[in-house]
Amino acid sequence: MVDSNHSSEEPPHFCLGQAKRGFRGQIHLIMVTEGLSNLPTGELERRLIELGFTEGAAVEILHEGTFGRDPIAVRIDNATVAIRRREAMAILVI
Amino acid sequence: MNVVAETGTRRFALIGTPNSGKTALFNALTGSRQKVANYPGVTVERKSGTLWLPSGHSVSLVDLPGTYSLRARSPDEEVTRDVVLGRLVGEAPPDLLICVADATNLRLAMRLVIELKQVGRPLLLVLNMIDIAHRRGVDIDTEQMSAALGVPVVTAAAVRRGGIDELSARLDELAAADLDTRREAGWQTPTISELRAAQREADRIIKLAVHMPTKPDTLTTRLDAVLLHPIFGLLILLALLFVMFQAVFSWAQPLMDLISAGFDAVGAGVHNWVPDGVLQSFLQDGVISGVGSVIVFLPQILILFLFILLLEDLGYMARAAFLMDRIMGGAGLHGRAFIPLLSSFACAIPGIMATRVIDNPRDRLTTILVAPLMTCSARIPVYTLIISAFIPAKQVWGFASLQGLVMFGLYAAGIVSALGVSFLAKFFFWRDDPTPPFMLELPDYKLPRPRSIVTGLYTRARIFLKRAGTTIFSMMVLIWFLASFPRPPEGATGPAIDYSLAAIIGHALSPLLAPVGFNWQISVALVPGMAAREVAVAALGTVYAIEGGKGAAEQIGHTLANQWSLPTALALLVWYIFAPQCASTLAVIRRETGSWRWMAITFTYMLALAYLASLITYNVAIALGAG
Repeated sequence: MVDSNHSSEEPPHFCLGQAKRGFRGQIHLIMVTEGLSNLPTGELERRLIELGFTEGAAVEILHEGTFGRDPIAVRIDNATVAIRRREAMAILVI
Repeated sequence: MNVVAETGTRRFALIGTPNSGKTALFNALTGSRQKVANYPGVTVERKSGTLWLPSGHSVSLVDLPGTYSLRARSPDEEVTRDVVLGRLVGEAPPDLLICVADATNLRLAMRLVIELKQVGRPLLLVLNMIDIAHRRGVDIDTEQMSAALGVPVVTAAAVRRGGIDELSARLDELAAADLDTRREAGWQTPTISELRAAQREADRIIKLAVHMPTKPDTLTTRLDAVLLHPIFGLLILLALLFVMFQAVFSWAQPLMDLISAGFDAVGAGVHNWVPDGVLQSFLQDGVISGVGSVIVFLPQILILFLFILLLEDLGYMARAAFLMDRIMGGAGLHGRAFIPLLSSFACAIPGIMATRVIDNPRDRLTTILVAPLMTCSARIPVYTLIISAFIPAKQVWGFASLQGLVMFGLYAAGIVSALGVSFLAKFFFWRDDPTPPFMLELPDYKLPRPRSIVTGLYTRARIFLKRAGTTIFSMMVLIWFLASFPRPPEGATGPAIDYSLAAIIGHALSPLLAPVGFNWQISVALVPGMAAREVAVAALGTVYAIEGGKGAAEQIGHTLANQWSLPTALALLVWYIFAPQCASTLAVIRRETGSWRWMAITFTYMLALAYLASLITYNVAIALGAG
């Protein structure tokens, strides 16, 4: 499970959805758990990949929304993608 | 299927990811020779045009909706998939797929090209915005890329003069060549691991053929530091929306007055030239004011779309959605719904047309459904008439005028009910099918190209006049018919409308409307008032037999103050917050959703709300002793 703060079995990995503005790292794994999003798990994984969220890609959180620091604007390679923190929970980063 | 033999013209299709500059390239290739229609059975726009090649040959070019993959997730993307695979009935498969990619941001486009290769149709990759890429120090080896991909690659700069010469020459060669279009479409939905593999392959090719600078676009980064700032970003957005609202609301007014005056003058001319009778009335009150009531919206629509096209081309629209996502999301609306809803304060018609910026069809429908609840400018004459006649002009709390407060309350009621209805719509219509999450690419900022904006404006104006015009016009003629027939008998003393079908309908409705406090005069005035809300003011004047002209509104106010009770006046005010009293809006909803069903739903729910709210207001006012 990746839905809480205490879930990471391997300490250095954590969810992009929990990272702060200015975070820079690399995508370790795309892992969609049941109920994480409105979308079926496979569908969310496909959409994330189609927007360029693939293992090994460098990411940086550039901006945060006004309320609840949501959504976030993520720099990935040469593109910037806006995504809600809820869906960003499926992106494990180092 | 050999299309060339059938039509004699080659058919090329543009395909690409959103923000690849595909539309700018389409505009550059076809100029103003564009046709916009709908694909059969869906509300997806089909944009096509003729492309004249340097050799003098012409090719038909279709601009497919933007997509990240052929795995269609929306009606727009389904159209793209079906056209590419030759599955769409009535649409021959293209002889050549032209895949447009943003040269500064190749990752996602490269994966799409790899997917398109599977289709097996002739394919050409265009690296668009090559000028910007060069300026930023992106170095692309097109020959190496072409060899690695197995697809011909050509560069272009759609917004530069001469920027598409190389592309045109290449298309000329391809148009003359014997393209192998007989192969069966061989695409299958990729599995998740195939998607990953394709992205890895795309990254490998980019690494091989592209030298990227270490620094990303600094201008976009610096602009976003301000424009996406949690506080300043929102303030700038609000300021921008304020200017836009002002522009639609007040800049358009002189032009609209001019158009109205023009049509009035033509009407008066007809009045003088044509003898009194049915023909005169039909020409003056039916045809001319019918056409006038369509054209009068054009300035607002053009101004609104000027802003929208500029913001879209600048790359700001995606940022506005980012900033508004949380705020609008609470009511079940998409971040992009903000601009259409704000425009609806001026008029719901441009607002509903502006919902085209929302790509998700469900979010778009919800926005269309609630847009007419925003207090449009046509309600103002009705509100001011009743408020000035019934609400005393006194100060409350030492600083606010009571009349102003009532006006503010009416606006607030519209906004609150719009948010409430959208929340309920999500809950009732789409409960089992939750909205897709907000995931959106934020493109780099780019300077808009004036010619592209003008082309876009021209297209919008034409769509409005042609599509909405026909429906609005026929509704106006129908309402004229109801208010004019049958003609008053010889020697009739009352106003002509008292003998018409409208009066018959009004009298028939009057028992239904009595519980909300409406007398038969109001019921009769509501029938021609279906044409537009402000028409009800004039209709009330007609019913109470008040001569038009200067000061007519003031006279109507006096008459009403004597004839109506306060609860009736308040009930009518509340009625106008909700009532679907606008044939043009209903016509545009019908056109934009492509179905009578959504028009009927809008009409019914608004009417139900209006009746319920007036009923409550009337009875509460009486219970409080205002009667």
